[in-house]
Amino acid sequence: MSLVKVRNLNKWFGRLHALKDVNLEVREGEVAVLIGASGSGKSTLLRCLNFLEQPEQGQVIFDGKVIDPRQDDLNLLRREVGMVFQHFNLFPHMSVLENIIEAPIMVKKVPREKAIEEALALLHKVGLADKVDAYPCQLSGGQQQRVAIARALAMHPRLMLFDEPTSALDPELVGEVLAVMKQLAREGMTMIVVTHEMGFAREVADRVIFMDEGRIVEEGEPAQVFSRPQKSRTRDFLSRVLWNFT
Amino acid sequence: MDFLHYLVTSIPFFIRAAAVTVELTATALAMGMVVGLVLALMKISGRRFWRYLADTYITVIRGTPLIVQLFAIYFGLATIVDFGSFWSAAIALAVHNGAYIAEIFRGGIQSIDRGQMEAARSLGMSYGLAMRRVILPQAFKRVVPPLGNQFIIGLKDSSLAAFVTMKELFGVSMQLASTHFAELQFYTIAGLYYLALVVLFTFLVNRLERRLKVES
Repeated sequence: MSLVKVRNLNKWFGRLHALKDVNLEVREGEVAVLIGASGSGKSTLLRCLNFLEQPEQGQVIFDGKVIDPRQDDLNLLRREVGMVFQHFNLFPHMSVLENIIEAPIMVKKVPREKAIEEALALLHKVGLADKVDAYPCQLSGGQQQRVAIARALAMHPRLMLFDEPTSALDPELVGEVLAVMKQLAREGMTMIVVTHEMGFAREVADRVIFMDEGRIVEEGEPAQVFSRPQKSRTRDFLSRVLWNFT
Repeated sequence: MDFLHYLVTSIPFFIRAAAVTVELTATALAMGMVVGLVLALMKISGRRFWRYLADTYITVIRGTPLIVQLFAIYFGLATIVDFGSFWSAAIALAVHNGAYIAEIFRGGIQSIDRGQMEAARSLGMSYGLAMRRVILPQAFKRVVPPLGNQFIIGLKDSSLAAFVTMKELFGVSMQLASTHFAELQFYTIAGLYYLALVVLFTFLVNRLERRLKVES
């Protein structure tokens, strides 16, 4: 059963045609990893899924329901779709705990005590139980990103979107964030991940999707896409990025 | 010496007048902040209508002198609604300062990283909730210095209320100056009181600024 489905999605930024007839389907529990060069439309596609960008054409279908951004309450969709950003975007004026309990309390009206209890459990899960009262500026990038993941999880989303979650991190901090994401994948979370971490894609992804110039060029199991790419553009891209990894 | 004599004997009058000035300024600027916030939100709104309306307001209000606005409200509107001198002055000052405060708030709001709004929205928060809980608290910290500056201007501009019979610092000094035929002395004394208020206020703003800096 597909949790999210995209049909003939088109998105323009002015005259730039950023997404061209994109079709995509992600099943419940699946981990899909989007790869491709900068500007290929990966992040734009991800941001269309929770309507941070409004596609001009096409449909986004979540849990069997076509989402109409003009009529549907997008806030209801966004409660079910968590997002983790490249630059963390933690709220700097709130402590770690406040960051996590803010949306459950204000949006879902979860009682404060219960929200705190859940937040503590989430912080424990991402390995930051000792940072409850810290402020974002006191944390390393890797720690901030793990808090951001906990913040998104606090809404009990059914789908998690990761937009280059490790691209802004110092190399030595990438591992701790990927570890949390791997654990999440093992627990069965449905995830769509935009990343340049080919190792993560190979190890964790159920499916790798290669995008180029706003189109999905090729998709398949990681072993197949990485070892036997069918399209020349995929081969070109992989030869350029894997040069650094293998 | 005349000056010291006047300075000391006028203390009871000026203290009362200073209290009126502070009350007038505080009332006006509190209302001006509300005006400014509403205008700022209109200016960044997605609806062109609200943006044009706010732009028109700001253009007109910034483009005309405060004394003209004050007289228009106090004398001009008197036939329709009589606000009295205090509220006429308070409204005029609020209307006037609101236009400047709007630009200060708008700048503050737009200086907050776009990712903050996106993160809040991605968690299911509505635009209004995200503004109130995430954007405005951060923006407010950043606008404290320019806002303090605008408050100082507002405090001094409140002296124009003397021309609609308010007995605040400047109004009292005009009265005392003419009854005692001592213009130089009393206007100097009035200036000293304004200076003292501004220095005191600046001190408070600096302290607030330091405290906010420690918090973040």
